[in-house]
Amino acid sequence: MVVLVLLAMLTHLLVTNKNLGWPVVRHYLFNPIVRRVVVTTIELTILAMVIGVLLGVVLAVMRLSKNPVTSWVSWIYIWFFRGTPVLVQIIFWFNINLLIKSFSLGVPFGPTFVSWKVNSLITPFVAAVLALGLNEAAYMAEIVRAGLLSVDEGQTEAAYALGMTRLKTLVRIVLPQAMRVIIPPTGNETISMLKTSSLAYIIGVLELLRATQSIAARNLETIPLLLVASIWYIVITSVLTGGQFYLERYFARGSSRMMPSTPIQMIRANLLALGRRRRR
Amino acid sequence: MTGLMVDAQQVHKSFGANEVLKGIDFKVSPGQVVCLLGPSGSGKSTFLRCINHLEKINGGRLYVDGELVGYRQQGDRLHELHDREIARKRTEIGMVFQNFNLFPHMTALDNIIEAPCQVKGESKAAARQHATELLDQVGLADKASFYPRQLSGGQQQRVAIARALAMRPKLMLFDEPTSALDPELVGDVLAVMRALAKSGMTMIVVTHEIGFAREVADTVVFMDDGVVVESGPPSELLANPRHERTKAFLAQVL
Repeated sequence: MVVLVLLAMLTHLLVTNKNLGWPVVRHYLFNPIVRRVVVTTIELTILAMVIGVLLGVVLAVMRLSKNPVTSWVSWIYIWFFRGTPVLVQIIFWFNINLLIKSFSLGVPFGPTFVSWKVNSLITPFVAAVLALGLNEAAYMAEIVRAGLLSVDEGQTEAAYALGMTRLKTLVRIVLPQAMRVIIPPTGNETISMLKTSSLAYIIGVLELLRATQSIAARNLETIPLLLVASIWYIVITSVLTGGQFYLERYFARGSSRMMPSTPIQMIRANLLALGRRRRR
Repeated sequence: MTGLMVDAQQVHKSFGANEVLKGIDFKVSPGQVVCLLGPSGSGKSTFLRCINHLEKINGGRLYVDGELVGYRQQGDRLHELHDREIARKRTEIGMVFQNFNLFPHMTALDNIIEAPCQVKGESKAAARQHATELLDQVGLADKASFYPRQLSGGQQQRVAIARALAMRPKLMLFDEPTSALDPELVGDVLAVMRALAKSGMTMIVVTHEIGFAREVADTVVFMDDGVVVESGPPSELLANPRHERTKAFLAQVL
Protein backbone atom coordinates (compact mmCIF):
# COMPACT_ATOMS: atom_id res chain seq x y z
CA MET A 1 0.00 0.00 0.00
CA VAL A 2 2.76 2.41 1.02
CA VAL A 3 4.68 1.50 -2.08
CA LEU A 4 1.65 2.17 -4.24
CA VAL A 5 1.09 5.59 -2.72
CA LEU A 6 4.75 6.51 -3.18
CA LEU A 7 4.56 5.27 -6.77
CA ALA A 8 1.46 7.36 -7.39
CA MET A 9 3.21 10.43 -5.99
CA LEU A 10 6.23 9.82 -8.20
CA THR A 11 4.06 9.42 -11.30
CA HIS A 12 2.25 12.61 -10.38
CA LEU A 13 5.57 14.43 -10.11
CA LEU A 14 6.78 13.04 -13.43
CA VAL A 15 3.63 14.08 -15.24
CA THR A 16 2.94 17.48 -13.68
CA ASN A 17 6.36 18.98 -12.94
CA LYS A 18 6.87 21.52 -15.73
CA ASN A 19 10.67 21.58 -15.30
CA LEU A 20 10.92 18.05 -16.63
CA GLY A 21 9.80 19.55 -19.90
CA TRP A 22 8.29 16.50 -21.59
CA PRO A 23 7.51 18.45 -24.78
CA VAL A 24 11.19 19.37 -25.04
CA VAL A 25 12.14 15.74 -24.45
CA ARG A 26 9.80 14.67 -27.24
CA HIS A 27 11.27 17.31 -29.52
CA TYR A 28 14.88 16.19 -29.02
CA LEU A 29 14.43 12.41 -28.63
CA PHE A 30 14.69 11.79 -32.39
CA ASN A 31 16.65 14.91 -33.26
CA PRO A 32 19.15 14.15 -36.08
CA ILE A 33 22.16 14.95 -33.91
CA VAL A 34 20.84 12.78 -31.10
CA ARG A 35 20.21 9.95 -33.54
CA ARG A 36 23.75 10.22 -34.89
CA VAL A 37 25.37 10.16 -31.44
CA VAL A 38 23.24 7.23 -30.33
CA VAL A 39 24.93 5.35 -33.17
CA THR A 40 28.34 6.64 -32.02
CA THR A 41 27.67 5.42 -28.48
CA ILE A 42 26.63 2.00 -29.77
CA GLU A 43 29.71 1.82 -31.99
CA LEU A 44 31.98 2.75 -29.09
CA THR A 45 30.38 0.10 -26.90
CA ILE A 46 30.49 -2.68 -29.49
CA LEU A 47 34.03 -2.01 -30.70
CA ALA A 48 35.37 -1.73 -27.15
CA MET A 49 33.60 -4.95 -26.15
CA VAL A 50 34.90 -6.80 -29.21
CA ILE A 51 38.46 -5.82 -28.30
CA GLY A 52 37.74 -6.62 -24.66
CA VAL A 53 36.27 -10.07 -25.31
CA LEU A 54 38.84 -11.21 -27.89
CA LEU A 55 41.84 -9.97 -25.94
CA GLY A 56 40.20 -11.21 -22.75
CA VAL A 57 40.02 -14.76 -24.13
CA VAL A 58 43.68 -14.59 -25.17
CA LEU A 59 44.70 -13.24 -21.75
CA ALA A 60 42.68 -15.89 -19.93
CA VAL A 61 44.26 -18.70 -21.94
CA MET A 62 47.71 -17.16 -21.37
CA ARG A 63 47.00 -16.88 -17.67
CA LEU A 64 46.17 -20.60 -17.48
CA SER A 65 49.21 -21.57 -19.56
CA LYS A 66 51.85 -23.80 -18.04
CA ASN A 67 54.52 -21.53 -19.47
CA PRO A 68 55.44 -19.17 -16.59
CA VAL A 69 56.43 -16.28 -18.90
CA THR A 70 53.10 -16.32 -20.73
CA SER A 71 51.19 -16.58 -17.50
CA TRP A 72 53.09 -13.69 -15.92
CA VAL A 73 52.66 -11.40 -18.91
CA SER A 74 48.91 -11.93 -18.60
CA TRP A 75 49.01 -11.42 -14.83
CA ILE A 76 50.88 -8.14 -15.17
CA TYR A 77 48.52 -6.90 -17.89
CA ILE A 78 45.48 -7.60 -15.72
CA TRP A 79 47.16 -6.08 -12.68
CA PHE A 80 48.07 -2.90 -14.53
CA PHE A 81 44.81 -2.27 -16.36
CA ARG A 82 42.64 -3.05 -13.38
CA GLY A 83 44.88 -0.92 -11.22
CA THR A 84 44.53 2.34 -13.13
CA PRO A 85 41.30 4.33 -13.59
CA VAL A 86 39.78 3.97 -17.03
CA LEU A 87 39.43 7.75 -17.22
CA VAL A 88 43.20 8.05 -16.86
CA GLN A 89 43.65 5.47 -19.61
CA ILE A 90 41.33 7.39 -21.93
CA ILE A 91 43.27 10.62 -21.40
CA PHE A 92 46.53 8.70 -21.81
CA TRP A 93 45.59 7.24 -25.21
CA PHE A 94 44.36 10.63 -26.33
CA ASN A 95 47.82 12.01 -25.57
CA ILE A 96 49.80 9.06 -26.90
CA ASN A 97 51.38 11.29 -29.55
CA LEU A 98 53.37 12.96 -26.77
CA LEU A 99 55.04 9.59 -26.28
CA ILE A 100 55.21 8.10 -29.77
CA LYS A 101 55.22 10.29 -32.87
CA SER A 102 54.87 7.71 -35.59
CA PHE A 103 54.06 4.09 -36.01
CA SER A 104 55.71 1.94 -38.64
CA LEU A 105 55.82 -1.57 -39.99
CA GLY A 106 59.21 -3.07 -40.73
CA VAL A 107 62.12 -5.04 -39.33
CA PRO A 108 62.71 -4.18 -35.65
CA PHE A 109 65.65 -1.74 -35.43
CA GLY A 110 65.99 -2.16 -39.21
CA PRO A 111 64.36 -0.68 -42.30
CA THR A 112 60.72 0.33 -42.23
CA PHE A 113 58.18 -0.27 -44.97
CA VAL A 114 55.13 1.76 -44.02
CA SER A 115 54.81 4.48 -41.47
CA TRP A 116 51.89 6.44 -40.03
CA LYS A 117 51.71 9.63 -38.03
CA VAL A 118 50.22 8.75 -34.64
CA ASN A 119 48.37 12.05 -34.62
CA SER A 120 46.33 11.16 -37.69
CA LEU A 121 45.87 7.53 -36.63
CA ILE A 122 44.65 8.08 -33.08
CA THR A 123 41.56 10.23 -33.40
CA PRO A 124 39.59 10.86 -30.18
CA PHE A 125 37.21 8.08 -31.18
CA VAL A 126 40.05 5.59 -31.74
CA ALA A 127 41.68 6.63 -28.47
CA ALA A 128 38.41 6.01 -26.64
CA VAL A 129 37.88 2.61 -28.28
CA LEU A 130 41.45 1.55 -27.49
CA ALA A 131 41.32 2.73 -23.90
CA LEU A 132 37.91 1.23 -23.16
CA GLY A 133 38.71 -2.01 -24.99
CA LEU A 134 42.13 -2.61 -23.46
CA ASN A 135 40.77 -1.84 -20.01
CA GLU A 136 37.81 -4.14 -20.57
CA ALA A 137 40.12 -6.97 -21.66
CA ALA A 138 41.58 -7.12 -18.17
CA TYR A 139 38.15 -7.67 -16.64
CA MET A 140 37.01 -10.03 -19.40
CA ALA A 141 40.18 -12.09 -18.89
CA GLU A 142 39.10 -12.95 -15.36
CA ILE A 143 35.52 -13.68 -16.44
CA VAL A 144 36.71 -15.99 -19.22
CA ARG A 145 39.19 -17.65 -16.87
CA ALA A 146 36.37 -18.39 -14.43
CA GLY A 147 34.41 -19.92 -17.32
CA LEU A 148 37.32 -22.08 -18.50
CA LEU A 149 37.94 -23.32 -14.96
CA SER A 150 34.28 -24.25 -14.60
CA VAL A 151 34.57 -26.90 -17.32
CA ASP A 152 35.37 -30.37 -16.01
CA GLU A 153 38.91 -31.55 -16.76
CA GLY A 154 37.50 -34.82 -18.07
CA GLN A 155 36.26 -32.86 -21.10
CA THR A 156 39.79 -31.77 -22.00
CA GLU A 157 41.10 -35.29 -21.47
CA ALA A 158 38.41 -36.83 -23.64
CA ALA A 159 39.20 -34.37 -26.43
CA TYR A 160 42.94 -35.00 -26.15
CA ALA A 161 42.35 -38.76 -26.16
CA LEU A 162 40.46 -38.35 -29.44
CA GLY A 163 43.51 -36.69 -30.95
CA MET A 164 42.39 -33.08 -30.78
CA THR A 165 45.11 -30.46 -30.40
CA ARG A 166 45.08 -28.02 -27.50
CA LEU A 167 43.74 -25.19 -29.65
CA LYS A 168 40.99 -27.33 -31.17
CA THR A 169 40.02 -28.61 -27.73
CA LEU A 170 39.74 -25.05 -26.47
CA VAL A 171 37.68 -23.79 -29.39
CA ARG A 172 35.40 -26.80 -29.96
CA ILE A 173 34.99 -28.33 -26.50
CA VAL A 174 35.94 -26.08 -23.60
CA LEU A 175 34.90 -22.57 -24.71
CA PRO A 176 31.35 -23.54 -25.81
CA GLN A 177 30.77 -25.06 -22.37
CA ALA A 178 32.45 -22.16 -20.59
CA MET A 179 30.07 -19.75 -22.35
CA ARG A 180 27.28 -20.59 -19.91
CA VAL A 181 29.40 -19.15 -17.12
CA ILE A 182 30.91 -16.37 -19.25
CA ILE A 183 27.77 -14.83 -20.76
CA PRO A 184 25.89 -13.47 -17.71
CA PRO A 185 28.82 -11.39 -16.38
CA THR A 186 29.69 -10.38 -19.95
CA GLY A 187 26.16 -9.02 -20.33
CA ASN A 188 26.84 -7.00 -17.21
CA GLU A 189 30.09 -5.75 -18.68
CA THR A 190 28.44 -4.74 -21.96
CA ILE A 191 25.73 -2.77 -20.23
CA SER A 192 28.33 -1.21 -17.97
CA MET A 193 30.44 -0.38 -21.05
CA LEU A 194 27.49 1.36 -22.69
CA LYS A 195 27.44 3.81 -19.83
CA THR A 196 31.20 3.96 -19.26
CA SER A 197 31.57 4.95 -22.91
CA SER A 198 30.19 8.35 -21.87
CA LEU A 199 33.64 8.99 -20.33
CA ALA A 200 34.89 9.50 -23.89
CA TYR A 201 33.15 12.87 -23.42
CA ILE A 202 36.35 14.08 -21.67
CA ILE A 203 38.49 13.86 -24.83
CA GLY A 204 35.85 15.39 -27.08
CA VAL A 205 34.20 12.35 -28.64
CA LEU A 206 30.75 13.45 -29.66
CA GLU A 207 28.73 10.67 -28.04
CA LEU A 208 25.31 10.61 -26.40
CA LEU A 209 26.14 12.43 -23.19
CA ARG A 210 28.37 15.10 -24.72
CA ALA A 211 25.95 15.85 -27.53
CA THR A 212 22.91 16.22 -25.26
CA GLN A 213 24.95 18.30 -22.83
CA SER A 214 26.09 20.67 -25.55
CA ILE A 215 22.53 21.09 -26.80
CA ALA A 216 21.52 21.87 -23.22
CA ALA A 217 24.34 24.38 -22.93
CA ARG A 218 22.77 26.30 -25.80
CA ASN A 219 19.07 26.09 -24.89
CA LEU A 220 19.47 25.71 -21.08
CA GLU A 221 16.99 22.78 -21.04
CA THR A 222 19.33 20.77 -18.82
CA ILE A 223 16.87 18.32 -17.27
CA PRO A 224 14.93 17.45 -20.47
CA LEU A 225 18.15 16.67 -22.34
CA LEU A 226 19.44 14.52 -19.50
CA LEU A 227 16.14 12.67 -19.80
CA VAL A 228 16.70 12.25 -23.55
CA ALA A 229 20.10 10.70 -22.87
CA SER A 230 18.71 8.49 -20.09
CA ILE A 231 15.85 7.24 -22.23
CA TRP A 232 18.27 6.18 -24.95
CA TYR A 233 20.59 4.48 -22.47
CA ILE A 234 17.62 2.55 -21.06
CA VAL A 235 16.37 1.59 -24.51
CA ILE A 236 19.79 0.26 -25.62
CA THR A 237 20.23 -1.56 -22.30
CA SER A 238 16.87 -3.24 -22.82
CA VAL A 239 17.87 -4.42 -26.28
CA LEU A 240 21.15 -5.77 -24.90
CA THR A 241 19.34 -7.58 -22.10
CA GLY A 242 17.13 -9.26 -24.69
CA GLY A 243 20.15 -10.29 -26.72
CA GLN A 244 21.75 -11.81 -23.63
CA PHE A 245 18.62 -13.87 -22.98
CA TYR A 246 18.79 -15.48 -26.43
CA LEU A 247 22.55 -16.05 -26.23
CA GLU A 248 22.15 -17.81 -22.89
CA ARG A 249 19.43 -20.00 -24.34
CA TYR A 250 21.65 -20.98 -27.24
CA PHE A 251 24.56 -22.03 -25.04
CA ALA A 252 22.30 -23.87 -22.59
CA ARG A 253 21.59 -26.55 -25.19
CA GLY A 254 22.14 -30.02 -23.78
CA SER A 255 21.60 -28.72 -20.27
CA SER A 256 19.32 -30.73 -18.04
CA ARG A 257 17.51 -27.71 -16.75
CA MET A 258 14.36 -26.58 -18.54
CA MET A 259 15.07 -23.63 -20.74
CA PRO A 260 12.84 -20.61 -20.08
CA SER A 261 10.53 -19.92 -22.99
CA THR A 262 11.21 -16.86 -25.09
CA PRO A 263 8.79 -13.92 -24.83
CA ILE A 264 7.46 -14.79 -28.30
CA GLN A 265 6.85 -18.39 -27.24
CA MET A 266 5.08 -17.14 -24.13
CA ILE A 267 2.82 -14.81 -26.10
CA ARG A 268 2.01 -17.57 -28.58
CA ALA A 269 1.24 -20.02 -25.77
CA ASN A 270 -1.03 -17.47 -24.10
CA LEU A 271 -2.87 -16.75 -27.34
CA LEU A 272 -3.37 -20.45 -28.01
CA ALA A 273 -4.70 -20.98 -24.49
CA LEU A 274 -7.00 -18.01 -24.95
CA GLY A 275 -8.27 -19.34 -28.28
CA ARG A 276 -8.99 -22.73 -26.79
CA ARG A 277 -10.96 -21.20 -23.95
CA ARG A 278 -13.01 -19.14 -26.43
CA ARG A 279 -13.92 -22.15 -28.52
CA ARG A 280 -15.18 -24.06 -25.54
CA MET B 1 59.70 -55.50 -29.63
CA THR B 2 58.58 -55.95 -33.20
CA GLY B 3 54.97 -56.92 -33.60
CA LEU B 4 53.89 -55.80 -30.15
CA MET B 5 51.00 -53.38 -29.85
CA VAL B 6 52.11 -52.10 -26.46
CA ASP B 7 55.59 -52.55 -25.06
CA ALA B 8 56.35 -50.96 -21.71
CA GLN B 9 59.85 -51.25 -20.30
CA GLN B 10 60.55 -50.19 -16.74
CA VAL B 11 57.99 -47.37 -16.83
CA HIS B 12 58.27 -44.98 -13.90
CA LYS B 13 55.84 -42.23 -12.95
CA SER B 14 55.82 -39.90 -9.98
CA PHE B 15 53.46 -37.16 -8.87
CA GLY B 16 55.87 -34.94 -6.97
CA ALA B 17 57.48 -37.08 -4.31
CA ASN B 18 54.82 -39.75 -4.65
CA GLU B 19 56.10 -42.56 -6.87
CA VAL B 20 53.03 -44.17 -8.45
CA LEU B 21 54.64 -46.50 -11.02
CA LYS B 22 57.84 -48.18 -9.90
CA GLY B 23 59.06 -49.84 -13.06
CA ILE B 24 56.30 -51.47 -15.07
CA ASP B 25 57.10 -54.10 -17.70
CA PHE B 26 54.10 -54.91 -19.81
CA LYS B 27 53.52 -56.33 -23.27
CA VAL B 28 50.40 -56.64 -25.39
CA SER B 29 50.24 -58.33 -28.79
CA PRO B 30 47.80 -57.21 -31.48
CA GLY B 31 44.33 -58.65 -31.00
CA GLN B 32 44.92 -59.41 -27.34
CA VAL B 33 42.56 -58.41 -24.55
CA VAL B 34 44.36 -57.62 -21.32
CA CYS B 35 42.59 -56.88 -18.06
CA LEU B 36 44.40 -54.88 -15.40
CA LEU B 37 43.32 -55.74 -11.88
CA GLY B 38 44.44 -54.34 -8.58
CA PRO B 39 43.35 -52.43 -5.51
CA SER B 40 42.66 -48.72 -5.88
CA GLY B 41 45.83 -46.68 -5.70
CA SER B 42 47.86 -49.48 -7.24
CA GLY B 43 48.65 -47.31 -10.28
CA LYS B 44 46.66 -49.21 -12.91
CA SER B 45 44.67 -46.19 -14.11
CA THR B 46 47.80 -44.04 -14.12
CA PHE B 47 49.59 -46.63 -16.22
CA LEU B 48 46.67 -46.75 -18.66
CA ARG B 49 46.79 -42.97 -18.99
CA CYS B 50 50.53 -43.15 -19.71
CA ILE B 51 49.82 -45.30 -22.77
CA ASN B 52 48.18 -42.39 -24.60
CA HIS B 53 50.35 -39.75 -22.94
CA LEU B 54 47.61 -38.19 -20.83
CA GLU B 55 50.28 -38.66 -18.15
CA LYS B 56 53.95 -38.17 -18.91
CA ILE B 57 56.26 -40.95 -17.83
CA ASN B 58 59.35 -40.04 -15.80
CA GLY B 59 61.46 -43.05 -16.69
CA GLY B 60 61.66 -46.14 -18.88
CA ARG B 61 60.33 -46.57 -22.39
CA LEU B 62 56.79 -47.00 -23.62
CA TYR B 63 56.09 -48.05 -27.21
CA VAL B 64 52.75 -48.32 -28.97
CA ASP B 65 52.86 -50.18 -32.28
CA GLY B 66 56.64 -49.83 -32.34
CA GLU B 67 56.74 -46.08 -31.74
CA LEU B 68 57.61 -44.20 -28.57
CA VAL B 69 54.60 -42.53 -26.95
CA GLY B 70 54.81 -38.77 -26.63
CA TYR B 71 58.56 -38.60 -27.13
CA ARG B 72 61.27 -38.99 -29.71
CA GLN B 73 64.62 -40.43 -28.79
CA GLN B 74 67.84 -38.66 -29.70
CA GLY B 75 70.86 -40.64 -28.59
CA ASP B 76 70.05 -41.58 -25.05
CA ARG B 77 67.68 -38.72 -24.30
CA LEU B 78 63.95 -38.36 -24.75
CA HIS B 79 62.43 -35.16 -26.08
CA GLU B 80 58.73 -34.53 -25.72
CA LEU B 81 56.92 -34.25 -29.02
CA HIS B 82 55.05 -31.17 -30.18
CA ASP B 83 51.35 -30.89 -29.27
CA ARG B 84 50.32 -31.62 -32.85
CA GLU B 85 52.41 -34.80 -33.10
CA ILE B 86 51.18 -36.11 -29.76
CA ALA B 87 47.62 -35.47 -30.94
CA ARG B 88 48.26 -37.40 -34.17
CA LYS B 89 49.55 -40.40 -32.22
CA ARG B 90 46.49 -40.33 -30.00
CA THR B 91 44.15 -40.71 -32.96
CA GLU B 92 45.25 -44.36 -33.14
CA ILE B 93 44.44 -45.04 -29.49
CA GLY B 94 40.83 -44.93 -28.34
CA MET B 95 40.03 -44.30 -24.71
CA VAL B 96 36.90 -44.82 -22.63
CA PHE B 97 36.67 -43.12 -19.25
CA GLN B 98 35.05 -44.03 -15.97
CA ASN B 99 32.87 -40.90 -16.10
CA PHE B 100 32.11 -41.18 -19.85
CA ASN B 101 33.20 -37.57 -20.48
CA LEU B 102 30.80 -37.12 -23.36
CA PHE B 103 30.61 -33.54 -24.61
CA PRO B 104 27.38 -32.30 -23.00
CA HIS B 105 26.76 -29.53 -25.55
CA MET B 106 26.56 -31.99 -28.44
CA THR B 107 24.09 -34.70 -29.33
CA ALA B 108 25.17 -38.34 -29.29
CA LEU B 109 25.74 -38.27 -33.05
CA ASP B 110 27.69 -35.00 -32.91
CA ASN B 111 29.85 -36.43 -30.13
CA ILE B 112 30.78 -39.31 -32.40
CA ILE B 113 31.49 -37.31 -35.58
CA GLU B 114 33.35 -34.49 -33.81
CA ALA B 115 36.83 -36.02 -33.92
CA PRO B 116 36.55 -37.72 -37.35
CA CYS B 117 35.48 -34.39 -38.87
CA GLN B 118 37.69 -32.06 -36.87
CA VAL B 119 40.83 -34.18 -36.58
CA LYS B 120 40.80 -36.51 -39.59
CA GLY B 121 38.95 -34.14 -41.89
CA GLU B 122 36.34 -36.73 -42.85
CA SER B 123 33.33 -35.37 -44.68
CA LYS B 124 30.25 -34.85 -42.54
CA ALA B 125 28.20 -37.27 -44.61
CA ALA B 126 30.77 -40.07 -44.35
CA ALA B 127 31.27 -39.48 -40.63
CA ARG B 128 27.50 -39.49 -40.07
CA GLN B 129 27.16 -42.73 -41.98
CA HIS B 130 29.89 -44.36 -39.90
CA ALA B 131 28.48 -42.92 -36.66
CA THR B 132 25.03 -44.32 -37.42
CA GLU B 133 26.55 -47.76 -37.96
CA LEU B 134 28.47 -47.49 -34.69
CA LEU B 135 25.38 -46.37 -32.77
CA ASP B 136 23.57 -49.34 -34.20
CA GLN B 137 26.46 -51.57 -33.14
CA VAL B 138 26.19 -50.40 -29.51
CA GLY B 139 22.40 -50.73 -29.61
CA LEU B 140 21.54 -47.03 -29.58
CA ALA B 141 20.44 -46.37 -33.14
CA ASP B 142 17.37 -44.49 -31.89
CA LYS B 143 19.33 -42.16 -29.59
CA ALA B 144 21.37 -40.25 -32.20
CA SER B 145 19.75 -36.89 -31.55
CA PHE B 146 19.74 -37.17 -27.75
CA TYR B 147 21.99 -35.02 -25.59
CA PRO B 148 24.16 -36.90 -23.07
CA ARG B 149 22.13 -35.64 -20.11
CA GLN B 150 19.03 -37.24 -21.61
CA LEU B 151 20.70 -40.66 -21.61
CA SER B 152 21.27 -43.14 -18.78
CA GLY B 153 24.81 -43.84 -17.59
CA GLY B 154 24.98 -47.11 -19.47
CA GLN B 155 23.77 -45.46 -22.67
CA GLN B 156 26.27 -42.63 -22.25
CA GLN B 157 29.10 -45.09 -21.85
CA ARG B 158 28.07 -46.97 -24.99
CA VAL B 159 28.01 -43.67 -26.92
CA ALA B 160 31.49 -42.99 -25.50
CA ILE B 161 32.69 -46.35 -26.84
CA ALA B 162 31.19 -45.55 -30.25
CA ARG B 163 32.89 -42.14 -30.15
CA ALA B 164 36.28 -43.76 -29.55
CA LEU B 165 35.67 -46.37 -32.28
CA ALA B 166 34.77 -43.65 -34.80
CA MET B 167 38.48 -42.83 -35.08
CA ARG B 168 39.16 -46.43 -36.16
CA PRO B 169 41.79 -46.98 -33.46
CA LYS B 170 44.31 -49.83 -33.37
CA LEU B 171 44.09 -50.03 -29.61
CA MET B 172 41.33 -49.34 -27.10
CA LEU B 173 41.94 -48.33 -23.51
CA PHE B 174 39.15 -48.73 -20.96
CA ASP B 175 39.54 -47.00 -17.61
CA GLU B 176 37.06 -48.66 -15.22
CA PRO B 177 34.28 -48.31 -17.80
CA THR B 178 31.56 -49.75 -15.58
CA SER B 179 32.56 -48.40 -12.16
CA ALA B 180 30.25 -45.38 -12.31
CA LEU B 181 27.24 -47.37 -13.47
CA ASP B 182 24.23 -48.73 -11.63
CA PRO B 183 24.54 -52.53 -11.37
CA GLU B 184 21.67 -53.21 -13.78
CA LEU B 185 23.33 -51.08 -16.50
CA VAL B 186 26.73 -52.78 -16.34
CA GLY B 187 25.62 -55.73 -18.47
CA ASP B 188 24.86 -53.71 -21.63
CA VAL B 189 28.25 -52.02 -21.57
CA LEU B 190 30.10 -55.29 -20.97
CA ALA B 191 28.16 -56.89 -23.83
CA VAL B 192 29.40 -54.18 -26.21
CA MET B 193 32.97 -54.68 -24.99
CA ARG B 194 32.69 -58.43 -25.33
CA ALA B 195 31.55 -58.07 -28.95
CA LEU B 196 34.40 -55.68 -29.60
CA ALA B 197 36.92 -58.15 -28.17
CA LYS B 198 35.47 -60.87 -30.37
CA SER B 199 35.92 -58.66 -33.44
CA GLY B 200 39.67 -58.74 -32.82
CA MET B 201 40.26 -55.30 -31.29
CA THR B 202 43.31 -54.96 -29.08
CA MET B 203 42.03 -53.89 -25.68
CA ILE B 204 43.49 -52.95 -22.32
CA VAL B 205 40.82 -52.84 -19.64
CA VAL B 206 41.22 -51.57 -16.11
CA THR B 207 38.33 -53.17 -14.30
CA HIS B 208 36.91 -54.63 -11.13
CA GLU B 209 34.65 -56.96 -13.11
CA ILE B 210 36.36 -60.28 -12.38
CA GLY B 211 33.68 -62.14 -14.30
CA PHE B 212 34.40 -60.13 -17.44
CA ALA B 213 38.14 -60.67 -17.02
CA ARG B 214 37.68 -64.41 -16.64
CA GLU B 215 35.50 -64.67 -19.69
CA VAL B 216 37.02 -62.23 -22.16
CA ALA B 217 40.66 -61.56 -21.24
CA ASP B 218 43.57 -63.37 -22.83
CA THR B 219 45.85 -62.12 -20.10
CA VAL B 220 45.13 -60.78 -16.66
CA VAL B 221 47.68 -58.53 -15.03
CA PHE B 222 47.59 -57.92 -11.31
CA MET B 223 49.15 -54.68 -10.10
CA ASP B 224 49.78 -53.48 -6.59
CA ASP B 225 51.69 -50.54 -5.21
CA GLY B 226 53.09 -49.44 -8.56
CA VAL B 227 54.44 -52.78 -9.76
CA VAL B 228 53.13 -55.73 -11.76
CA VAL B 229 52.83 -58.48 -9.16
CA GLU B 230 51.96 -61.26 -11.58
CA SER B 231 50.28 -61.89 -14.87
CA GLY B 232 48.95 -64.83 -16.80
CA PRO B 233 45.89 -66.33 -18.45
CA PRO B 234 42.75 -65.78 -16.37
CA SER B 235 42.23 -69.49 -15.85
CA GLU B 236 45.55 -69.66 -13.99
CA LEU B 237 45.84 -66.31 -12.31
CA LEU B 238 42.29 -66.10 -11.04
CA ALA B 239 42.07 -69.73 -9.98
CA ASN B 240 45.56 -70.27 -8.57
CA PRO B 241 47.24 -66.98 -7.75
CA ARG B 242 50.86 -67.46 -6.74
CA HIS B 243 51.39 -64.31 -4.72
CA GLU B 244 49.94 -63.50 -1.31
CA ARG B 245 48.86 -60.04 -2.42
CA THR B 246 46.96 -61.42 -5.39
CA LYS B 247 45.26 -63.97 -3.16
CA ALA B 248 44.29 -61.32 -0.63
CA PHE B 249 42.87 -59.07 -3.35
CA LEU B 250 40.91 -61.83 -5.08
CA ALA B 251 39.56 -63.04 -1.76
CA GLN B 252 38.13 -59.56 -1.23
CA VAL B 253 36.54 -58.99 -4.63
CA LEU B 254 35.27 -62.48 -5.43
